[in-house]
Parts: sequence; structure tokens; C-alpha cells
Amino acid sequence: MAEASATTVPSHADAASTAGTDPMIPSLARVVARRQELGDTWTIDLEVDDPGLLAFAPGQFNMLYAPGVGEAAISVSGDAHGASRLTHTIRDVGMISHALASLEPGMTVGVRGPFGTAWPVEAAEGTDVVIIAGGLGLAPLRPAIYHILANRERYGRVALLCGARGVKGILFPGQLAAWRSNLDLQIEITVDHADSGWRGHVGVVTGLIPRADFDPADTTALVCGPEIMMRFAAQALADAGVDENAIHLSMERHMKCGLGHCGRCQYGPYLICRDGPVMSYDRLKRLLTVKEL
Amino acid sequence: MQQQGLGPFIAEHRFFRDLEPAFTELVSGCAKNVRFGAGDYLFHEGDEAAEFFLIRHGRVSLEIKAPGRQPMQFLTAGEGDVVGISWLVPPYRWSYDAKALELVRAISLDATCLRGKCEADNHLGYELMKRFVPALAERLQNTRLQLLDLYGKPA
Repeated sequence: MAEASATTVPSHADAASTAGTDPMIPSLARVVARRQELGDTWTIDLEVDDPGLLAFAPGQFNMLYAPGVGEAAISVSGDAHGASRLTHTIRDVGMISHALASLEPGMTVGVRGPFGTAWPVEAAEGTDVVIIAGGLGLAPLRPAIYHILANRERYGRVALLCGARGVKGILFPGQLAAWRSNLDLQIEITVDHADSGWRGHVGVVTGLIPRADFDPADTTALVCGPEIMMRFAAQALADAGVDENAIHLSMERHMKCGLGHCGRCQYGPYLICRDGPVMSYDRLKRLLTVKEL
Repeated sequence: MQQQGLGPFIAEHRFFRDLEPAFTELVSGCAKNVRFGAGDYLFHEGDEAAEFFLIRHGRVSLEIKAPGRQPMQFLTAGEGDVVGISWLVPPYRWSYDAKALELVRAISLDATCLRGKCEADNHLGYELMKRFVPALAERLQNTRLQLLDLYGKPA
């Protein structure tokens, strides 16, 4: 029975008490590359002076500070192995994310982190892995996918199920195409609707679960996307027989301090910046249906 | 003879799994094997829903046409899925097109034949309902999720 739980990793908050650095003060980073992923979504690569910023685990996030505008929590979307740069994928949906997504190479940004819990990629070793990504949810999952593919022999069957609004909303299409060359990785992509030229799946992402090859009794599931999608995906996985404590979701709430101090990201008894973002479904199940949250 | 020969395929199909053998035999009496090439239509919107399909191989696109626009795919079905629910609901008319995206092998079940058997044997009818109602509920729930436009820009 898979019982992998979200990994608590040393974060900048812990480092602060031992190294004496103030986790509320951003380190400076330089934008060295920027590329458009979707109409409103950009990826930036950051060069950092503080090597502690590169010691992140898949699923963790940083607080990125756009000078003069504000700070936002953004998951790391790059490879954690031997990283020499920080990679973040940002959807331009508000004032701060617009400022971050608009940063050009050569510009400076503030970074605090890494914060939060990680995908349980080590605890999942020996189990089948089902990864479900909805829309931009593939970005926080990508470091976990990199890790699993780099250590492929440690895992059972691996399935990546992706959902998007339409064909033009599929994140990292080139990366998905490259991953498809891995014969031991099942990739299924579905879109909510498509014109007649699309030859892939059409329908909701939960509809892909019966097509995935995994043993529910020995599976770890990693799920990231819009909260409603995660709720139904987790329910479908549980209905298929996956243990609720083996289903992991990456939660999203507005965050301020990133350290569990301010309470801005409170979610029932949890603070998402400290107890999450990656949390197991058995802890979240009841809360996910409380509309006031 | 050929129709009786489809019994094992029907019994193996995900949609009819665990159906009692006697019912499988009744259902197979209304069945025939069909094959569609890529681009062939299984049925067109507005036509009589005279059959439904158990997909054994290949994928089928369910599409809706709108004037001045390309047909929009709202669902794809594949191996193990059932295509066609309108045969259950008067006036038994298809409300969308179904097109083979690739070579499709399926079992076609004659609607008039099967409706007649369900009327004559309500236990068979109830067994079929126990299979079609969850499929309908799932379709309805999935449609709700698609309508929510989950991946759209947050308000």
C-alpha cells in the first residue's frame, strides 16, 4: 500500500534560525531568459547569487518580488537536479503576476524561498505513479516529472494525464512531445473541446484515469490544477482504489509571508505556505467541499 | 450464427462486464460487428438513433456543427466505451455526429430489437439501465465541468 506523504523539506524559514539570514528579505536575482509558453503565460529563468535558493525540492515555491509592485508565490517549474538557475512559469492574471511575467532579460527581481512542502518523489519510489495536471498545473509538477524520469528505474509504471481548455492551452507542448519518446512513460492529453483537426482526446481530465495503466493498491498520485479539477480527480482516483493518503494535491491560496506567520493563506486548520502547498487528499478531502474556504 | 458468436465479445466489453450469461445471449441476438475507416461517420445528427455502439478498437469523435464554424469536438470515445444514448430516449434521434478518428471496430446493437427485448423482459431492461444511467450521469457531470471552464482566466 502506498503511503507516501508530502515531503517536508528544509526551507528558507528553517535556514533562517540556523544561518541567521532573514527569510523576509529577498535576495536579488537577474532575469537571464524569458519565453512565452501560452498567450498569457511566460517562463523566466533567474540567475541567483544565493546558492540556497537553488536547493529546492520539486513542488516548492518561491516568493517573487517585482520591485515596486509586490510579491507573489510562484512554484518552481524547472529541474531541481543540479540547477544553476531558477525557473518559474507565470500566468499573467493580475498586477503582480503581470509585472513578473513582463520582466525582460537583464532586469532584477527579488526572491525569497524555497518554501513549503514538496511532492513525495522519494516516498513514491517502488510504486506506480499517476500524475494529473490541469492547465498551468503542469508547471509545479514538472520538477517532479524531471526527478522521476531521471530516476526511472526506481518507480513502477508512470502515467502523465494532462487536461487543458483547448489545444492552444496545452502547456509545454514541446516538452510533452519529447517526453513521449520515453517508451516507459504513458502520456495522455485531453482538451475540453477542439475543432475537427485535433486527433487527441476530448473530454475532462478525469476521463483519462480509466485509460491509465496503474495498480491502484500500489500507486502514488500527484495532482495539480484548478481546485475543482483536483477535487474531482482525487475523488476519481479514490473511487478507482487509490489510498486517500497516497493522493497528493498542490493547493493554492494567496500568500504573504510564506513562513506560516501572517495567516493570509489559512485553509481550515492549515496554512498552505507552511503545511502545503503539497498535501495529501485524506487531510484535504473534507475541506475541499466547504464553500466558505 | 454470427450474431451468437459475438456473445463473448459483449461479455468481455467493459460496458457489459458481469452481465448474466442469459442476458448476454439476449443482447448478442441484436448485435453485429461493424467497422469504420478513419473519417467515416458512425451516425449523423438528426438521423434515427437505430443502434448504439460498443467500441472495441479505435477512437470516435462526437461533434456538433455550427454555421460558419468548424465542427466542434466535445468528447472522444475509445476502446471500452459506449457510443450512443439517444436510442433510449424518444424520438430516438441523434443529437450530434459521431466520426471515426481512425480505424474503428465496434459492435452495433440494434435499438428496435433491444428495446423490444427490454419490454418483454424487464429484468434485462433494468440491467441495461444500470449500465446506461451511470454513463449518463458521468456524461452530465463531465459536461458541468466543461461548462465551468476550469482552465479559463480566474475572475
